[in-house]
Amino acid sequence: MVKTLLSDRSAIVVIGNEAVRMNDVGLEAYLTVGAVLFVCGVVCMATKRNAIGVLMGVELVLNGANVNFVAFSRYTPLGLDGQVTALFVIVLAAAEAAVALAIALNYYNNHLTIDVDRGTELHG
Amino acid sequence: MIEQFLFAVFAVLACGGAIAVAATQNVVRMALWLVVSLGSVAALFFLLHADFLGAAQLLIYVGGTVVLLVFGVMLTASGPTVQIKTSPAEGFLGAGVGLLLLSVLMFSVRSVSWIDLESRVKSRNLSQNVADAIAGQLADVSEDFASHESDPALRSSARESREILVARSQAGRTVRQLGMAFYGLRPDRDLNHAPGSRLAPGYLLPFEIVSVHLLVVLVGAAYLARAKRRVDAGITEDL
Repeated sequence: MVKTLLSDRSAIVVIGNEAVRMNDVGLEAYLTVGAVLFVCGVVCMATKRNAIGVLMGVELVLNGANVNFVAFSRYTPLGLDGQVTALFVIVLAAAEAAVALAIALNYYNNHLTIDVDRGTELHG
Repeated sequence: MIEQFLFAVFAVLACGGAIAVAATQNVVRMALWLVVSLGSVAALFFLLHADFLGAAQLLIYVGGTVVLLVFGVMLTASGPTVQIKTSPAEGFLGAGVGLLLLSVLMFSVRSVSWIDLESRVKSRNLSQNVADAIAGQLADVSEDFASHESDPALRSSARESREILVARSQAGRTVRQLGMAFYGLRPDRDLNHAPGSRLAPGYLLPFEIVSVHLLVVLVGAAYLARAKRRVDAGITEDL
């Protein structure tokens, strides 16, 4: 019984591989989505003059990295490590948003505007 | 087929939302597009069989972080007419640099042959129906496997097939797996290791560090953002 099961398995593996290959999205598509999110976040961080807009850019960058982590955890032998790392990234992003928001509020209290181009006290 | 369709819909929503965040000048609209993008990313997590992570993304990001950002917008609004705009030249420059960066990233993604890496994942070698069909059979004969200890080749083959089936049956149910991974138990990777071999280190120490870090950060944020007497812009230079 064991022998027949094991000999069946090799045939099953071939069939299953083709089935998986046919209707699956693949790693590259997810990496593309992650790259687009990352680039949009970087552009957002670089061009926005509103401090809250810069924060949103940071969130987009972290999300692009998370998409890559989870895609690697599904499609490569990395396994669950990618998902655990993505979980840590989500928690740290929440902490970062809280602190950055407090800093933005302080900035607004001191400058009466949220425009980051106005914070020029440290210019030489 | 349905998976590809759903992926196309949510990938377009995620990328389009991100592009709209970068292109819009109104902060409230940016927050709205950010919700669209982050929600679509959560849907992509569900498509990637990461159910707990998708739920966490929805709860923490869409439910928490974006609300925090909207509160920030509300508290820092200078007035209904004041809009902080990016100049068009800066916008075009940013878009050009962004396209260059995207092309670099896409070039490096394309230049790697991912198919070799993907074929090394054992759990993907069986389709779901086949796995379900022989799972019951395998449960019956698992005692037979134990009795074949004299034949090492047969035993390792049986062990491998059991690893595949266990990993396959756990696909999309990651809550228990994540909890075990925090303790260093990895059923998807080292199921039938020899007793006495070392386990993976686990994530309990990083988890503790992150929890203390979160507490410190929230106390610090509450301290930074506490109510203060507003100082005039002219006095700020003297402080």
